[in-house]
Order: sequence, then C-alpha cells, then structure tokens
Amino acid sequence: MAEISTLHYLVVAAALFVLGVIGVLTRRNVVIVLMSIELILNAVNLNLVAFSRMWGGLHGQIFSIFIVVDAAAEAAVGLGILIAFFRNKETINVDEIDLLKW
Amino acid sequence: MNPAMTPVATPFFFYFLSGLAILGGLLVITRRNAVHSALALIVTLLAVAGLYLMLYAPFVAGVQIIVYAGGIMVLFLFVIMLVNLERTIKERQFNRIWPVGLAAGCALLALFLAVYAKGKSLFPEQARGLAEGNNTQQIGEMLYGNYMFAFEIASLLLLVAILGAVIMAKKRI
Repeated sequence: MAEISTLHYLVVAAALFVLGVIGVLTRRNVVIVLMSIELILNAVNLNLVAFSRMWGGLHGQIFSIFIVVDAAAEAAVGLGILIAFFRNKETINVDEIDLLKW
Repeated sequence: MNPAMTPVATPFFFYFLSGLAILGGLLVITRRNAVHSALALIVTLLAVAGLYLMLYAPFVAGVQIIVYAGGIMVLFLFVIMLVNLERTIKERQFNRIWPVGLAAGCALLALFLAVYAKGKSLFPEQARGLAEGNNTQQIGEMLYGNYMFAFEIASLLLLVAILGAVIMAKKRI
C-alpha cells in the first residue's frame, strides 16, 4: 500500500458512514443519535473532498462547506427540539418519546 | 505537481489519521456517558480535518475545525450538560433490537466494499490533484461567482435555524 489513492479515502468514509448508521439505529440517547448523524455527514464530506482532489476541481470542497453549514443548522434545531421535549417529559431516550403512539 | 515536493511519510499520516477517526467513531457510538461520546466525536472531527489537509483542502479543514469542532460540538456539550440525567448513565444504553441495527450496518458496509472492489477500474490512475497555494482564494472566487445563489440561501438557512432554535428552546413563546 505505497500509494494512498482516492479509494483509500472512500473506504475510510464508508467506515465512518456505517458507524454513524449503526449509532443512529441502536442507541437510545437522543444526543448520541444526533452525534451519529454528524458522523454520517462527516463521512459524506470526506467523500466529497476526496473526489474533489481526484477530478481536480473545487466543486466538491464547496459542496462540503455547504454541508457543514447545513449540519450546524440541523444540530441547532434538533437540540432545540430536544430541550423543548425534555422540559415536558424528563427523558432523553428515543423509545420513551412516544407521545404520538396510538 | 512538482516531483521534488512530493510529501514524505504520507501512508503513515493517512493510516494514523484514519485509524484515529474510525476509533473515535467507535467510541462515539459505544460510550455510556454522553460527554465521552462528544469528546470522541471531537477527536474524530480533528482527525478528519487532518485528512482534509492531506487532500489539499486547507480551507475546508479550517472550516471543519472552527465551525464543526469549535461550534457545533460546544453546542452539543452545552445541551448535554442541560439535559444531564444521572440515571441515564445507569440505564440500558442500546435499543431492544440492536442486533438488527448492527446487521443492517454490516450489510451496508459489505455493499460499499463490494461496490468499491468492483468499480476499482473506473477510477483514474493518478489523481488530477489540486494546486497548492491559493485554495482559499479560489474557493472565495467560486463561492461568490458560480455559487452565489447557494451562498445566500445558506445564510438564509442559518437565519431560519437561529430563529427556530431560539423559539424551540424558549420557556414561553
């Protein structure tokens, strides 16, 4: 493995993506689920920047900047929702947040 | 690229940073304490910023460190402290159906690796590479040139997110 090619970065990004997916699917703590979503977004960013270098253009890096902006907005709103819910029902476990269940 | 400026010890840095990133990711999804998960995620973000530097993307690395590790993760830590319940550390931390999630994740990873193994010939032999030196200037020119509309929409998105977060977290609207 002398030459680190684009494929190496893609495999690392795939591993981070799968770790984020497993975190979203298995954890009960809402904050850790949100952090797993940030892992997924980081994996996508790594993919984009790796392809940006492969093709020699900067479009991938610009897209990844927009994804960071979007992740910030989504984290802020998601945590605001969590705080609002926590004020009503003193829990942060996703399987106890079932007020809409019939 | 100038052959005299090829970096040395590139595989070492790549394996070190990617190992650190994946280890941090593993710690994020397995720690019982949410603060430990947040700190592990900060380690992952910094390792990924190092990988961006290796990919000749210094501006994205700077944005990652300043905005992601320095802004979003601090927000996460604030909220973790706000909703800090001692009893969550002693409770069950995984779902009841966690084997299904783990199996789905492993299937997804197998799918990714199969696609990469099959499509390996589609990648060009040598990466075209990016110019060293004026990355920030070029990104600025593109952001204010081609992507001006998306740039303004992103600032509008941030404004809406600020309003949304403030209203959601207020005690009384």
